[in-house]
Amino acid sequence: MKKNNLKAWLYLLPAILFLGVFMVYPLIDVCVYSVEENYNFASQSFTGIGAGNFRYVLSDPYFVQALKNTFIIVAITVPLSTGFALLISLGLSSIKALRNTFQTVYFLPYVTNTLAVGLVFMILFKKTAYTDGMVNLLINKFGGASVDFIEGPYWAKMFVMCFYTVWVVMPFKILILTSALASVNQDYYKAAKVDGATSGRIFRKITLPMISPTVFYLIITGFIGAFKAYSDEVALFGTNLNAAGMNTIVGYVYDMLYGDSGGYPSYAAAAALILFAIVFTITYINLTFSKNKVQYM
Amino acid sequence: MKVVLENLTKRFPSRHKKGAEVIAVNHFNFEIPDGQLIGLLGPSGCGKSTTLNLISGLETPTEGKVFFGDEDVTNLPPEERGVGLVFQNYALYPHLTVEENIIFPLQNLKGAQKMSKEAMHQKAVETAKLVQIDGLMERKPKELSGGQQQRVAIARALVKIPKVLLLDEPLSNLDARLRLQTREELRRIQRDTGVTTIFVTHDQEEAMSISDLIIVMKEGVVHQIGKPQDVYDEPANLFVAQFLGTPQINVFHGEVKDGKLYIGEEAVLDVPGRKDMPVWVGIRPEGFIPDDDGPFTCRMDRVEVMGRDVSVVSTHPLMTGRNIRSIISSENRFKPGQETVRFRLKPYKVFLFDKESEERV
Amino acid sequence: MIEKKSASFSRALIYFFLAVWALIVLFPFYWMILTSLKSFASYNSEYIPRFIATDPTLENYTSAFQAVPLGRYFLNTLIFTVATTGLMMLVIIPAAFAFARLQFKGRNAVFALFLSLMMIPTELVIITNYVTIVNWNMRNTYLGLILPSVTSVFYIYLLKENFEAIPDELYQAAKVDGTSDLKYLVKVMIPICQPTVVTIIILKVIECWNSYVWPRLITYDANYFLVSNGIQEIRENGFGRENTPAMMAAVVVISIPLIVLFLVFRKKIMAGVSRGGTKG
Repeated sequence: MKKNNLKAWLYLLPAILFLGVFMVYPLIDVCVYSVEENYNFASQSFTGIGAGNFRYVLSDPYFVQALKNTFIIVAITVPLSTGFALLISLGLSSIKALRNTFQTVYFLPYVTNTLAVGLVFMILFKKTAYTDGMVNLLINKFGGASVDFIEGPYWAKMFVMCFYTVWVVMPFKILILTSALASVNQDYYKAAKVDGATSGRIFRKITLPMISPTVFYLIITGFIGAFKAYSDEVALFGTNLNAAGMNTIVGYVYDMLYGDSGGYPSYAAAAALILFAIVFTITYINLTFSKNKVQYM
Repeated sequence: MKVVLENLTKRFPSRHKKGAEVIAVNHFNFEIPDGQLIGLLGPSGCGKSTTLNLISGLETPTEGKVFFGDEDVTNLPPEERGVGLVFQNYALYPHLTVEENIIFPLQNLKGAQKMSKEAMHQKAVETAKLVQIDGLMERKPKELSGGQQQRVAIARALVKIPKVLLLDEPLSNLDARLRLQTREELRRIQRDTGVTTIFVTHDQEEAMSISDLIIVMKEGVVHQIGKPQDVYDEPANLFVAQFLGTPQINVFHGEVKDGKLYIGEEAVLDVPGRKDMPVWVGIRPEGFIPDDDGPFTCRMDRVEVMGRDVSVVSTHPLMTGRNIRSIISSENRFKPGQETVRFRLKPYKVFLFDKESEERV
Repeated sequence: MIEKKSASFSRALIYFFLAVWALIVLFPFYWMILTSLKSFASYNSEYIPRFIATDPTLENYTSAFQAVPLGRYFLNTLIFTVATTGLMMLVIIPAAFAFARLQFKGRNAVFALFLSLMMIPTELVIITNYVTIVNWNMRNTYLGLILPSVTSVFYIYLLKENFEAIPDELYQAAKVDGTSDLKYLVKVMIPICQPTVVTIIILKVIECWNSYVWPRLITYDANYFLVSNGIQEIRENGFGRENTPAMMAAVVVISIPLIVLFLVFRKKIMAGVSRGGTKG
């Protein structure tokens, strides 16, 4: 069959155009921004080339706070949501009645606007002049004292933050794990039962190795997703995350770009590149680790 | 429409070695007479599908020419050649109904050939009737049996009234019983339409049973062309002899000496006037006649009863292959425990081939 | 029958555990509907919130549409979602077709380049894109909102894989019948790959409906807000006073379209997400 070069490029043209303008060019440009020191957005001028933007960002207390918050969110929510999703998926795969109903319900958070539902979490946890909020009333019932989760102490805010993040990421993980569990060949279970293996042993020796690629996939995407946390924070604490002390790296990038504190694309670029470096490193470590550990068929 | 292939050659770049080339079709010359059913026969990978693609225009030849009638179509794209093509797996559009599948080629017609909806429907029904699927027009392909899908594919290929109908392994996806039925059906449709039809197969029985002519190919080269019975009775070389006929022809190391054919020490047949030389001796299974005084002695292995016939399985030190199969009438009786069996040979069922070139001598 | 007893006990435990999580998932939805049905006065008078609305009212819904431009946000989001998804399909289908079906010089190289772009996070390119849109004077315009998100390498990849799964014979059959490439794409490939196309559309619609970061960067005129930054605006400068029930009414209204979409296409969406979706 003859080659049709021209036609092919014509079909590809829109995609290449859009990717070029909004993907490839920005990628180069962000690196350029990150080394232009004292960049002025209005006059589009800069004073020199160097690592000054990175030095500034790394010494900015807001960035350090954002870095700390992000790492805490990652460290808590990734293992928690993955482990919890695994438990739920195991539960789901061991029942028949109501299974579809549960699956549907569990998936609901995926299709909701996180900004909108975040507001519901806020009013559930928030302490106002009129009410201590649902959660505090529950705590009171068990004899605890009310805490303001939204504008109160750091750990309380972090707790809500992580709770909401887990709530948001669970649907995807449950869905993926349930289908992974369903695709394990039932004959292995039958064989193991005939061999007299206990259910704990079956889980450790058969189920877990079989779904380990999926689990690692979820851990890796979970890390990547959690490092980019931002919208969920805004949903709970509002757009001024620095004031709330709950900013994240991505939030810091946007704050540098836009709004009252904005107009510094160079700082934003430097912060974004730092984030990319962190995510890249962690993903790389994860992949190396999983190569050694994950047992494929 | 007669089809003429002139010096047709197709080379592909090798997948395994860079720069090297694979010759799929090598200097293919042939004239296919108008209105006949041609079987293109050969083992898999012999270049027969490539030949078909060269005729349809899906591939262009490296060298050589293709003529439809007197028109040189070598450089025409498939849609301008007016061919109908039926694929091994039928290639029906899964999302369209039977009728929509059949109409599909008609919708591509342009200019003066353009047809009205009503005319297209008419034509589709007509063609469907020809292949006897007119009751299934609203079904989707996956609701049909393999045989029915096959007919839809044929109808789709025929609806434009092609100059040439090409079928790639048309029967291989059907089960054995359906295959027998369908090949007769194919013969009938071809006779009814009178379209020059070329079909590719690796099944020699299939090719022999319905073709007007068969073309035996191997490794891109045509080995023999002729009427099925002629090719069977007068194979041009050892490959053709071995490829046609079940059970396979039995092949022995032999020698012509003084007008006699020797297999080992035994002079099994008179071959007056032949030059003295070592030869391959091919003997068709039906060429053996059991005779206690016969000149050819084999070691008896077993007798397989097949009803009308029996198959005597024996061995001989100079045979090639695993054993010797001979088909004889079941009226012959064998004693249990019999250790050897002696045969006479039918001269016209014995072929001699050159030891080096493997050509018939 | 001790074994049986322990089995049914562990079964009960599993159901209990699953039910608790279902409750945690559903409770916020229940709470937002409940709160949206309470009048401003009765909500504020309940120090201990009631679990049912004693005197349900729809007044919050009217004020959600009247006191704040929720209808406007809604319309914007609808325009944004439909336009972005539609344009994206026009961009990615031909691209996927070229990769899957057409032979051309440099195909593998270009495809490899496309794949490598899949690893680039939006956070990295958003800075320049923001500057680009500002320089093009496209802040507070639909175009500015739409343009950067009309391509997706991942969806091109997904579609290309699907297109390639269609047997070559179908293409050859169409060629022999004189079908043009474009007609083959529209009449054969897309209908056969319809499940994947639908999946991609659904995923993109969800993504558009929930997008927050880009609209927030690119619009400061409330006339161009989408529901996400709209609800944030409502929260921060909303009804002139802290009107939680009205806010919840807005939240309910924003959540309904996608939930309805989900309940209708439940199987398709879940299958689609498990094949090609991530959150965020």
